[in-house]
Amino acid sequence: MSAIVLLVIGLGAMALGYFVYSKFIAEKIFRLDPDFRTPSYEYEDGVDYVPTNRYVLWGHHFTSVAGAAPIVGPAIAVIWGWLPAFLWVILGTIFFAGVHDAGAIWASVRNKARSIGALTGDVVGKRARSLFMIVIFLVLLMVNAVFAVVIAGLMMDFSSAVVPVWGAILVALIIGQLIYRRVLSLPMVSILGVLALYALIGLGPSVPLQMPESVGGMSGNAVWILILFGYATIASLLPVWMLLQPRDYINGLQLFIGLIILYGAILLMNPSMVAPAFNGNVPEGTPSLVPLLFVTIACGAISGFHGLVSSGTTSKQLKKETDVRFVGYFGAIGEGSLALAAILAATAGFASFADWESMYSAFGQGGVTAFVEGGAYIINNGLGLPEATAATLLTVMASLFAGTTMDTGLRLQRYIFQEWGEIYGLDWMKKGVPATLLAVGSCLLLAFGAGGADGSGGLIIWPLFGTTNQLLAGLTLLVITVMLVRLKRPMWYTLAPLCFLLVMTVAALLTQLRGFYNDGNYFLLFLDIVVLIAAVFVSLECAATLKRHRREMAQQQE
Amino acid sequence: MKDDRDDDRKTRRDGWRAWLSQARFFAEEVYSARYRGAIARARRDEDDLFMLLVFSEMMGVPNPASYYTLELQPLLLERFHDWHKRMGMERSPLDHFRCC
Repeated sequence: MSAIVLLVIGLGAMALGYFVYSKFIAEKIFRLDPDFRTPSYEYEDGVDYVPTNRYVLWGHHFTSVAGAAPIVGPAIAVIWGWLPAFLWVILGTIFFAGVHDAGAIWASVRNKARSIGALTGDVVGKRARSLFMIVIFLVLLMVNAVFAVVIAGLMMDFSSAVVPVWGAILVALIIGQLIYRRVLSLPMVSILGVLALYALIGLGPSVPLQMPESVGGMSGNAVWILILFGYATIASLLPVWMLLQPRDYINGLQLFIGLIILYGAILLMNPSMVAPAFNGNVPEGTPSLVPLLFVTIACGAISGFHGLVSSGTTSKQLKKETDVRFVGYFGAIGEGSLALAAILAATAGFASFADWESMYSAFGQGGVTAFVEGGAYIINNGLGLPEATAATLLTVMASLFAGTTMDTGLRLQRYIFQEWGEIYGLDWMKKGVPATLLAVGSCLLLAFGAGGADGSGGLIIWPLFGTTNQLLAGLTLLVITVMLVRLKRPMWYTLAPLCFLLVMTVAALLTQLRGFYNDGNYFLLFLDIVVLIAAVFVSLECAATLKRHRREMAQQQE
Repeated sequence: MKDDRDDDRKTRRDGWRAWLSQARFFAEEVYSARYRGAIARARRDEDDLFMLLVFSEMMGVPNPASYYTLELQPLLLERFHDWHKRMGMERSPLDHFRCC
């Protein structure tokens, strides 16, 4: 089957979702009001609350939510064949992610642009608020650990990308200074920055830097993980204008260019799907498709992380309430199209079925490496770029995304530790450096604790990350559902995804629990139990809150 | 005939210029919007420290540079109200200095 057919079906379905389903949700369920005075005007202060052009806001929303996760998840999940992953990404984007992201912005905008965490406290209850904090902490912990492992793996596999990836950070530092000191205008700097980045990518294959297999008794992989956390620590402590801001900007440009290159190459080459639609012959040790598929692909289908972005920053800058549909729902579609590109690269970018099968030799294998190699194969055949350069390009794209998420995650985790210091009166924990070190320490513990001393097995926790992420999405959907119940509007459009997510999450946790127990991996067993307890509490909280509200509504009617 | 061509070129150049300034506006928004809050907050923290320096003498903290900072007080008066509110003081902390 031709990949273009799949591409057209996927994008067509998502377009239909935007023009039909999101219109229905926006007009009939959320009833977005163009005359509603949004918090960006109500509390305009030039700092947090700033009415922002909707295209600019969409760009921010999209680049904040699209990271390495919509690449890694689908690239792992195609081990069951391309059809399940494809269906879950497309249907998930239309019926789950779009509604969830737009709903989170809407809920926040209607409540003084407060964050979903704070809203959980108001709308659902105090207990749910604490639960929310714990789940967020777990998500951040896993995201940081897993992305360090992903980048370390990429650095080991594609030595040609080492110079461009670290060079890109240097480019960002220079750009930051140029803009801060107003040396050059921004459009000029953007062009120079992108040129510099692509020059580095072109240079990469001729100056490969390979980390030795073992350094002073540690594996090369482990050394990379340590270096990455060292970098993330420094990056999360620097002022944002110095590194974070210019690097995010370059990353955003790179995201669009990368997507255009990948989609363009698919259109020009017209590869056919090498992987089977359903893989009946999965490698031994691969867990069953249901429920694991629904937690392996989190970002790209539905992800709780988006709710944090939607309610934390996007809602404070929304100009008109009707923009919710474009910014939130279309943002989710952007992410879905990235996940679709990842699926196509990881299933059509191989010369033969045997090549593909050897890439996916075990569950958790393949992944980003398959995305990079498959994508490079397609770009090479479609656009004629040398395969080594194309692979470097995609590795740089994936590593920079993962890196951005890592140090943003570390920063957020630091805030949580500082908040705990505040709550429990621990003065030393309130300070920036000790809190950051605590955050880094906990992530390192997970990265090495999960996969042994060489840190190579860290990807085992990917599905566990997915479950936690889905729990977060569940809590956000609960807040939206409760709001809808209070407004006496149909609740099934958010309640059905919520129930589906909770069932799949709990089932996936139980499946993994047995797996970890059989493998004797007690560290992850413990973590799994913690997440499972959180999942049970979220479910109970959902049931209790909805019951309470329905009873109240019934009493009101009498 | 020549004038026509000049006019034509001029309108085209104006069009280009408008397009460029539009592009610059979008690029700058994209660059700054996400971190506007964080940067403004960092700047406010620094300004707060400066306010404390300028008004320190009035709160009984000796300041060797007060001869110079006294001059700045009227200039910073505009920010005084926001500052003392932010520092957790409902009313002006200075006896002889009424604010609200």
